[in-house]
Amino acid sequence: MSQPYKSMSLVHPNPKNLDIVQKAMIAISLLGLLLIVLAQEKSSYLLALSMLLISSGIIGFAWRSYLTRPSGIQNNGIWFRSISSRGILGWITGLILTFFYIILYWYPQYLGLGIEGAPNRGIVGFFDPLAMALKGTPASQWFVYGTLYTLAIFSFGIKFIWKYRHNRYQILRTISVMISQMFFAYLIPELLEGLNEEYSTKWFDKDLKNMWPLDYDFFDQWHIANMSSTGLLGWSVLIFSLLLIFVISPYLTYRYGKRWYCSWVCGCGGLAETAGDSFRHLSDKSLKSWKIERWLIHSILVFVVVMTIAVVYGYLGDDSSRYYITRTMFTVIVVSLLVVTGLIVRFWMKQAGRNDLNKVIYGILGLIGVILLINYLSGSGNAFFIDNYTFKKWYGLLIGATFSGVIGVGFYPLMGNRVWCRFGCPMAAILGLQQKFFSRFRITTNGNQCISCGNCSTYCEMGIDVRSYAQKGQDIIRASCVGCGICAAVCPRGVLRLENAGTDIFAKGLELRNNHVMVH
Amino acid sequence: MHIAIIGNGISGISAARWIRKLSDYKITVISSESEYFFSRTALMYIYMGHMRYEDTKPYEDWFWDKNRINLIHDYVESIDFQSDTLSLKDQGQISYDQLIIATGSAPNRFGWPGQDLKGVGSLYHLQDLGVMEHYSRDLSRAVIVGGGLIGIEMAEMFLSRDIPVTMVVREKSFWDNILPTEESLMISRHIVRHHIDLRLSSNLKEIVDDGAGRASAVIIAETGEKIPCGYVGLTAGVHPNIQWLGETPIETNRGILVSDRLQTNIDNVWAIGDCVELRNPMPGRRGVEAIWYTGRMMGETCAYNICGQEVSYDPGIWFNSAKFLDIEYQVYGDIRPYATPEGQESLYWEHLEGEKSVRIVYEKASKKVVGFNLMGIRFRHEVCEQWIKTSTSVEEVLINLDLAHFDPEFYQSYKNELLETYYKLTGHQLSAKEMNGLDKVLSFLNS
Ligand SMILES: Cc1cc2nc3c(=O)[nH]c(=O)nc-3n(C[C@H](O)[C@H](O)[C@H](O)COP(=O)(O)OP(=O)(O)OC[C@H]3O[C@@H](n4cnc5c(N)ncnc54)[C@H](O)[C@@H]3O)c2cc1C
Ligand code: SF4
Ligand code: SF4
Repeated sequence: MSQPYKSMSLVHPNPKNLDIVQKAMIAISLLGLLLIVLAQEKSSYLLALSMLLISSGIIGFAWRSYLTRPSGIQNNGIWFRSISSRGILGWITGLILTFFYIILYWYPQYLGLGIEGAPNRGIVGFFDPLAMALKGTPASQWFVYGTLYTLAIFSFGIKFIWKYRHNRYQILRTISVMISQMFFAYLIPELLEGLNEEYSTKWFDKDLKNMWPLDYDFFDQWHIANMSSTGLLGWSVLIFSLLLIFVISPYLTYRYGKRWYCSWVCGCGGLAETAGDSFRHLSDKSLKSWKIERWLIHSILVFVVVMTIAVVYGYLGDDSSRYYITRTMFTVIVVSLLVVTGLIVRFWMKQAGRNDLNKVIYGILGLIGVILLINYLSGSGNAFFIDNYTFKKWYGLLIGATFSGVIGVGFYPLMGNRVWCRFGCPMAAILGLQQKFFSRFRITTNGNQCISCGNCSTYCEMGIDVRSYAQKGQDIIRASCVGCGICAAVCPRGVLRLENAGTDIFAKGLELRNNHVMVH
Repeated sequence: MHIAIIGNGISGISAARWIRKLSDYKITVISSESEYFFSRTALMYIYMGHMRYEDTKPYEDWFWDKNRINLIHDYVESIDFQSDTLSLKDQGQISYDQLIIATGSAPNRFGWPGQDLKGVGSLYHLQDLGVMEHYSRDLSRAVIVGGGLIGIEMAEMFLSRDIPVTMVVREKSFWDNILPTEESLMISRHIVRHHIDLRLSSNLKEIVDDGAGRASAVIIAETGEKIPCGYVGLTAGVHPNIQWLGETPIETNRGILVSDRLQTNIDNVWAIGDCVELRNPMPGRRGVEAIWYTGRMMGETCAYNICGQEVSYDPGIWFNSAKFLDIEYQVYGDIRPYATPEGQESLYWEHLEGEKSVRIVYEKASKKVVGFNLMGIRFRHEVCEQWIKTSTSVEEVLINLDLAHFDPEFYQSYKNELLETYYKLTGHQLSAKEMNGLDKVLSFLNS
C-alpha cells in the first residue's frame, strides 16, 4: 500500500502568500541593509536612516502579520514557507549569515576595518559616527556587529511581543532580553568605554551578564590584570562577576531554573528567541540528536573548565609576595570547591535515594585528578601537554567563533535557532546540570489532558520531545530546557505549565500524573 | 502466545505498548491507514502548516522494532472466529491466540442527496487531508455541515488559507447540545468574529451536482437558499467503525459490545477505543465515548486483562478539552447543556471581552461541587478531580481557587471576580486564601 499523504511534506500546497504590505516591509528592511553595504560616505544621517529602515521594515511586517488578526497562536503555513522549512530561501539565508560571520571573524578588513592605524572605510567606516558619539573612538567590526545585533533583538523583539500578545509570560521575558541587550550588552559598556582613556588600553569586558564560562577568557591574565588595575570600575566588575558566577547564578538557577539566564537575560538566547523565533521548529527531536547533544555540550564544558584552570595556573607564581594567590593556594581552593560540590551532591543523592548522580561524582573526581596532574606537571603549567595559550587559541577559534557564531547563528534556518545553546554552550551545560539535579524548576503536565498532537515537541527550540513526557503525564525535567514557555503556549489543550516548587525537589519528575489503571 | 491487534490508533497502540510492558507475548498490529501510529487529533495542524505528517508520530520509527511490536500495513477483510485467523487484503492470513479489535470510528453520512459527489469530504483519516488539499486550490468557498468539534477544526483549517467558510449548523447556537447557553453563545460570537459565515438552525437539504459529478453548491432545507461552493465538508459526528465486520458472531449494537473488562462475547476477542460500546457504562457516562483518552485507558486496561490481571475499565470523572479557533476549552465533571438543571446552581463569570469564562456548578442544597467548565482559562486536572471526588463545597473551592490555576506564570487570576459573582449570587462574602504555587498544590494533592 502506498504511503498516505506523502505529498504534504514534499510539495508545498497553495500556501497563503505574503500580501503587498508585507512584501513592501521586507523591501524596506532590505533597503536599509543595502544602504549599509553600499554607502560610500560617513554620514550620521544616512546611518540613522538605514537603522530606521531596517527596524521599521521588521516592525511593519510584524504589525501587518499579527495585529491585523485576533490574538492567538500564529503558526499558519510555517512548514510551507521556503524560508522557514529549509527551502531555497532558508538555505540562501543560512549561506549569507554564515558568510557574514566568516568575514566578521577572520577577514574584518573586507568590512572596511582600518588595519594598522588606517582609517575605517566601507561598512565599519559607515558606523564611525555612531561609535564616535557613544565612546569617542572609531568603530570596529565588533561595534558594527554589536549595533546590528542589538537592532535585531529590538526589532524582532517587538515582532515576538506582538506575535504572543495574549501571553504575559512571553511579553515580560522578551522585554527582559531586549533591555539586557540594549543596556547591559551594548549601551552601558560602550558609554563606559568613552568615560576613561585608560579603558582603551586596558580593555576588559563591561557586559556584566556575559559571564564565565560563556565568556571563556574572563580568567585570562590580561583580563584579570586590566580589571584589577583600572580603579573602582574594574574592581567592581571583577567582584560582581565573581559573585555572579559563584553565588547569584547558582541561587537564581536553584529558584527558577536556567531560564532566568537563557531566555530572560543572555544575549545569544536573546537573539535566538527574537530573530531566531521563525526557525525554532527546525531543531531535531530525535533521540539520536539528544545523545549527540549530551556528549558534545558536556565535553565542551569539561574543556573550558580544565582550560581555565590550566591558564590561571599557568600565570600564577609561587612567590606569595608577588601574587595575591599562589599556585598552591589556587590548587587548594579549586580542589576544595570541587570536594564541597561533591559532598553536596552526595548529600542530595542520600536525600533523594537515587544513584543516577554517580556520573556527576565521577566527573568531579576526574576533574580533581586532572588538576592535581596539572599541579604535578607544573613548571610550565601546561595542561594537555601543549601550551595553554595555544590550546585556548584553538578553543577560541573552534568553539568561541566557529560554533557560537558561524554555526550558532548561520545555521538558524537549517538546524533551528538554538544550535549553539543546545550543543555548544558551556554556560548552558553548567546551568543545565544544576537545573536537572538541583533546581525547583520543572514543567508540569495537566493530568490526562494530552492528546499527543505534537505541537509542543515541534516548537521546542531545544529539540526536547516534550510530548513523550506529556502523554505519559510525566513532568519534564531536562537539563537543556531553557524555559522559553513556547511549548506551553502552543499546546492546544492547556497541558503544560512552567513552575517552581521546593518541596519535592529530589523526587520531581519521577511520578506519573496520568490516571493509570489501578491494579488491586 | 500471539496477540493480534487490528487498528494502530491510540487504543490499539496503547494496548500493544502495555502488553509489551507486562509480558513477552508476540504482538502484531495490523492497520490500513498508515504504516506508523500518528496522532489523529493533529490532522488539522498538518493542513495548516503547523506540523508535518512526521511530527504527528508520537514515537520514532525505530521504537516498534526495539519493543518487538510487529507492524503490518494492510487491511483486514474478515475474521474467522472458528480457526482464529484474519484474512488480509494483500498479505494472506494471520492466526492469533487473542484478538483485539481497535478499528476506531467512521464519519456519519445521513443519506443526503449528493453526499457521494466529488468535492465532498470528511475529516477523519489521513487520506481526507489529501482530498481537502486537492480541492483547496482556487477554492472560492467551503461549506461545512455539522457544528461539532471536527466541524470547527475544519473551518479553522480553511481559514488558515484565507478560504471563505460557511458552517451549516443544526443547533440554535454553536454546540449548544453540549455547552451551557452562555459558553455556546460565546463560541458562536467568536466564530463570527473570525469571519466565518455561521448558519444556525439550518439543515442540509442537498448537495448540488455541477453536471460533471462534482459538488457545486449546497441547499439549505429551512430557507431553500443555495450556497455556491467548491468543497463540502460533512462533519456531523462519527459512529463506531464496525460495518467492515459484516455478518459476524460478535455481538454489536451501535458499537462492539464489551464487558467491564473489555471482552466481547467471544472469549479470546477484545475490543477497545472508538469502535466499542460498553454494556454497563458508569453512571453518568455514555456507552460510546469516542475520545482520545478513553481509547488510551481502554488499551491499558485491556492489556492488563490479557496479561492475566483482572481489571475493570474505569475512566474516572469525566473531563475533556478542545479548542475553538483561539479559545481553549476544558471541562471537568458533570456540566449539562442549556440551562443549569433543577437542584443545581451555576456560578458563572465571564470576562468583559467575552472570550474567557469560568463556570462552577454545584448542588444547591449540599453546596458540593459537581463540575467546572472553562473557556480561555486553564485549570489543573488533578485538583478539580479531587474536589469533585471528595464532594468539596463550592465555598471551599472558591477560597482555595489558586490551587486550580494552570494558566502560564504572570497571567491574571480571576478569583476575586468569581468571589464577587458568588457574593452577588448568594450574599455570602468569602475571602480567598493565598494558595499560589506548586508547593501548595502538591501538599493539597497528597493530603
Ligand atoms: C480531526 C479529529 C480531531 C479529534 N480531536 C480530538 C480531541 O481533541 N480530543 C479527543 O479526545 N478526541 C479527539 N478526536 C477523537 C480521537 O481522535 C479518537 O477518539 C481516537 O483517535 C480513536 O482512536 P482509536 O484507536 O479507537 O481509533 P482510530 O484512531 O480510528 O484507529 C483505528 C485504525 O484502524 C484502522 N482500521 C479500521 N478498520 C480496519 C481494518 N479492517 N483493517 C485494518 N485497519 C483498520 C483505521 O484505518 C484506523 O487507522 C478527534 C478525531 C478527529 C478525527
Ligand atoms: S521544553 Fe518548553 S520551555 Fe523548555 S525549551 Fe522546550 S519549548 Fe521551551
Ligand atoms: S502536551 Fe499539548 S501540545 Fe504537547 S502533545 Fe500533548 S496536547 Fe499536544
